[in-house]
Amino acid sequence: MYLDPEDERILQGEFGETRQKMLEILTALGKVFGAEKIIPIKSAQVSGASYKTIGEWGLRWLESLQAKVVVPTVLNPIGMPRDHWEELGISREFAEKQQAIIEAYRRLGVKMECTCTPYYLQLTQYGDHLAWAESSAVVYANSVIGARTNREGGPGALAAAIIGKTPEYGLHLLANRRPQIAVTIDGLYSPKQLKDIYGAIGYLAGKQVGNRIPIFSGIRARRDDLKALGAAMAATGAVGLFHVEGLTPEARIFKFGSAGLEEIIIEQSEIAALFREMEVDVVAIGCPHCSPTELEEIARLLEGKTVKKPLFIFSSQQVLRENRKTAEKIARSGARIVPDTCMVVSPFMERYRAIMVDSGKALAYVPDMCGAMARIGTREECIRTAVG
Amino acid sequence: MFLIIRARGISKGTGRGELLVSSEPISFLSGVDPDSGIIMESGHSLRGEHINGKILAFTHGKGSTVGSYVLYALKRNGLAPAAIINEEAEPIVALGAIMAGIPMVDRPEVPLRRLKNGTPVVVDGDRGEVEYAGELEGD
Repeated sequence: MYLDPEDERILQGEFGETRQKMLEILTALGKVFGAEKIIPIKSAQVSGASYKTIGEWGLRWLESLQAKVVVPTVLNPIGMPRDHWEELGISREFAEKQQAIIEAYRRLGVKMECTCTPYYLQLTQYGDHLAWAESSAVVYANSVIGARTNREGGPGALAAAIIGKTPEYGLHLLANRRPQIAVTIDGLYSPKQLKDIYGAIGYLAGKQVGNRIPIFSGIRARRDDLKALGAAMAATGAVGLFHVEGLTPEARIFKFGSAGLEEIIIEQSEIAALFREMEVDVVAIGCPHCSPTELEEIARLLEGKTVKKPLFIFSSQQVLRENRKTAEKIARSGARIVPDTCMVVSPFMERYRAIMVDSGKALAYVPDMCGAMARIGTREECIRTAVG
Repeated sequence: MFLIIRARGISKGTGRGELLVSSEPISFLSGVDPDSGIIMESGHSLRGEHINGKILAFTHGKGSTVGSYVLYALKRNGLAPAAIINEEAEPIVALGAIMAGIPMVDRPEVPLRRLKNGTPVVVDGDRGEVEYAGELEGD
């Protein structure tokens, strides 16, 4: 793999042991995946932020590092909100370990945001190369924005953040970004009906698509809809990129279409079967973390109402800070807004028996991660269930 | 017999020890105990073996990416293998080896099934070489 003279000096250890190790990580990844060079990135998003995941040794490894990130870098959601965690019944022992991990990342220069939606915080543009770790953020960046990132592991993303580069392979190369399978949605839906079921469509499509690159045709979705669709496909499949004919940036620029591809159809009956009735004891919205538009929609649906069942809304600290008025409106209903974490990664959701979500991704992960039953509903149904 | 087996360097440094070979993948998360250095995975051909100080040769890593941190834990506990040989490196073991400072090579030009357990070997992760002081298994 080609390295420029400055990288060679990093590899010789001239800029300290940590930077040397980080570049060793990138060159090893380059060897494993057959990259010819390493290329500059615009931003990084690092997983391995939850104590539940990386444990004591992950923490000690982070604490051993001596360097600063050189591109804007945020963290994946952690196991609890950074403030007011005690109100959610998080144990002090867990909280202290989690705080230590946050502190270790802060020392490395990572921006103190824990979110699966870094694209709301960091200007990310068409053609930007990134090193992001969260699967739903990766699929959004690649598909909706037309940026380029592989799905990084925790140490790989951190190494990229500290060096400011990543090995060029996989989805960084245009040749690997062409559609491989065509997906159409059976049945007639109004745009309003479609908007409510993109998470469910993604949940079903991901299972059939696996790790291929799908192209959808015949849909006109907004960015928030594409977010739900992609997040679910990344959860039930291993989708890192999808296209929508005539809509997503690369499909428009390169005129990607479905001609000649294997075709799968998502049946109306399959979608209907996912939306089954079930008694739930809690409602959770914000997987992936809510956008400003989604917060506004939730606030509108909750206006003048009071929640009867616990309703949790997850978003990032920055989005909540920038939409304080909307957040206040939501909170007035008795709904609980929680930053930094989510229903999937936090231990505090484990106490519930059945969780209602509006997300195909959450539907896929809640049963295993929270040990609870999951029911999917449209956002309106979720709010209606919470206000009783 | 003394043999230089060419390979590809993945994690630098030199490690020497007795070979412990498996023709199966290893999952470090839950498959290896970081507090004893013993392989725990049920049904694995190396189950019950101590890996500390050994030259651990296996096909490739599998399982959770958190396995990288288990390699780091093994090293800090003084229970890490002296070096790792993989048929084909993948990120979990490759990154774990670099994080922990365990020398590692992959793609040895002699297949793993011809390497004999207990043979003294030296793995050179910088040069991408394995010095093998013993007989090879028959083909």
